Amino acid sequence: MRVFKLKRENFIPFMKGLSKFGELWGPVRKGDRYVYANEPPEKFVLNAIRTIVPAKKFFLPQKSTILKFKNNEWREHYDVKKRVIFGLHPCDIHALNIYHKFYTRLYPDPYYLKNRENTLIVGLSCLPDENCFCHLTDTETVNEGFDLFLTDLGDKFLVWVGSPKGDESLKLVKDLIEDTTQKDIDEYVEWRKKRRSMFKVSLDLEGMPEILTFNYDSPIWEQMGTACLSCGTCTMVCPSCTCFDVDDEFDIRTDEMNRQRYWYSCVFREYSMVAGGHNFREARSERLKLWYTHKLVGFMSEYGSPACVGCGRCVVSCPVDINVITVAKALLKEKPDAFWARMASSNVEVQHA
Amino acid sequence: MLKANAPKCNIRGNVVVEENPYLPERARIVRKFDLTRDVRFFQVRICDPDKVMTWTTNYKPGQFMMVSLPNAGEAPFSITSTPSRPGLFEFCIRKVGRLTSKLFELKENDYIWLRGPFGNGFPVEMMYGKDLLFVAGGLGAAPLRSVLLYALDYRDRFGKIFYLYGARTPDDMLFREEFFRMKERDDFECYLTVDADPTGLWPFDIGVVTSLFKYVNVDADNTVAIVCGPPVMYKYVVDEFLKIGIPDDHIFMTLERKMKCGIGKCGQCVVEHKYTCVDGPVFTLWDVKNIRTLI
Ligand SMILES: Cc1cc2nc3c(=O)[nH]c(=O)nc-3n(C[C@H](O)[C@H](O)[C@H](O)COP(=O)(O)OP(=O)(O)OC[C@H]3O[C@@H](n4cnc5c(N)ncnc54)[C@H](O)[C@@H]3O)c2cc1C
Ligand code: FES
Repeated sequence: MRVFKLKRENFIPFMKGLSKFGELWGPVRKGDRYVYANEPPEKFVLNAIRTIVPAKKFFLPQKSTILKFKNNEWREHYDVKKRVIFGLHPCDIHALNIYHKFYTRLYPDPYYLKNRENTLIVGLSCLPDENCFCHLTDTETVNEGFDLFLTDLGDKFLVWVGSPKGDESLKLVKDLIEDTTQKDIDEYVEWRKKRRSMFKVSLDLEGMPEILTFNYDSPIWEQMGTACLSCGTCTMVCPSCTCFDVDDEFDIRTDEMNRQRYWYSCVFREYSMVAGGHNFREARSERLKLWYTHKLVGFMSEYGSPACVGCGRCVVSCPVDINVITVAKALLKEKPDAFWARMASSNVEVQHA
Repeated sequence: MLKANAPKCNIRGNVVVEENPYLPERARIVRKFDLTRDVRFFQVRICDPDKVMTWTTNYKPGQFMMVSLPNAGEAPFSITSTPSRPGLFEFCIRKVGRLTSKLFELKENDYIWLRGPFGNGFPVEMMYGKDLLFVAGGLGAAPLRSVLLYALDYRDRFGKIFYLYGARTPDDMLFREEFFRMKERDDFECYLTVDADPTGLWPFDIGVVTSLFKYVNVDADNTVAIVCGPPVMYKYVVDEFLKIGIPDDHIFMTLERKMKCGIGKCGQCVVEHKYTCVDGPVFTLWDVKNIRTLI
């Protein structure tokens, strides 16, 4: 892979140069967390940890019109902007690679592809916080799926070129980058060692497919179902969740029917309901089990790797602390943490729906 | 005509899309009539004359179409016609909700919109030379009619054919007259039964569909069995198949899940790692044993 060096003082001009490709989006602060926003690069937070909503929103927007109907004819509708998205961490890019595999297999999704074609993905290195566990999901480094990737070494960045598009984009900033030296490489190796030593979560995720399979009928699922609010936050913030729903909406102003697609969640009760009101997954525990088995087992058999990238978004977002780590720990029968102890002693009746 | 093959790529190796799989094609209702109190038969023709033949010959029995009306939604319906009789698509639609109620308001020559065909369908080639045993219950006759008509149109390619069909009452039987006439054919065996006969005029068997197995006489190792009907029926019918000695991977069934896209994307039809819309809706008994929660 081609690597260049970018001096820190050149970062802003570098970003401004890239913004000739399209709208510039990057991580900015929102309260005590971060979001991707279309702002000038001076506002970007370079040590931002995970954003609230992952970058999937650029490729499968929360809500978008895919078709328009007028005069007895359906027409395709694209709402595509050229964009530079800066600040994706390795886990985010791994998740996009999952998206890519998923949305290009069998029937490739034209909306996803158009968005992807028109996006320049500029990754950014990160240092883990106490909720990151990409070292356990084998997603702490990334070799493909980005156009450019910046490793922050303090006074400089290494700029990795990951695609022909990325290579092309460097023409916009060619005066700002320079060749790397042996010293830069040495610093990078040191930086990696330091980063590796910072992870806090320790857990055996490798055996998860078997563990989940054997624990299919475990009472743990019932317990979790009792606590779960079916709010769908986990699926919205999960960078590898792909599910959507489709509905038509009439637009009075244009006299057109819009076919919309919007994010949907498998933990919602309506998800598995079919004609006649029969529900294949009536209980919340059943729906949680679907989420975890699909992510950690189902995806394995289809794509060879689990669909969890260790970003920690479920860890910081679930209001009742159901997340990959607590679930895995419970299934592995590790000493339950405070949450599970509370759960077990609360004696709450198992409710449905 | 959409095909679920490996995606096409351009010179850079990037996937390209030739046809938008979400874009519906307009079709015209040619004919419609009621099959039962709440199930209506629709014959439709693709409006674009250039597409009529390619669309109506390039599908497999057991596949489904996503049928939609603007502002009423979109849903999967089995194709009940056979590609061996091209020109029209046929559907049996039961009125259960928003879209289906709107479909019931339509008249001849009104438009509906179709996407597809989707799903794996029945593996008809692997059925060549084998005895066929079909068991339908209620609305399950819709997808089974497609493969039955197909087998009858290519009759010389198959061994013995048995068709067992059970409905609640004579009034609930789809294609009743069509099957009455089929009973007169001497190149296959058609048995009909009803759970109950309030009319007192039913001339054939009365009882659940499994009671018809007494008529079945097939070469078990060399038989393909297909069951389609309400979920409660599967267990009893499958037990009968196993009693005869039909192997797990020769027993097929079509399963129903909620479907919003039909192309393995929306995730609403997922069962463990299988997407019912592309990996199904036809599954073998082996799949059912292997994939928990399939039925
Ligand atoms: C592969 C397949 C083949 C089918 N073939 C036929 C057929 O040949 N004839 C037929 O009458 N029906 C068939 N169905 C069922 C048909 O898709 C539903 O009856 C239809 O979606 C109901 O739509 P609606 O808008 O009228 O109902 P809604 O108003 O949406 O809902 C009514 C009820 O149907 C359920 N439902 C909603 N969407 C679906 C869906 N996509 N699939 C299943 N249930 C749903 C709802 O949960 C609710 O309980 C098939 C389903 C599948 C998956
Ligand atoms: S119907 Fe959308 S994934 Fe199967």
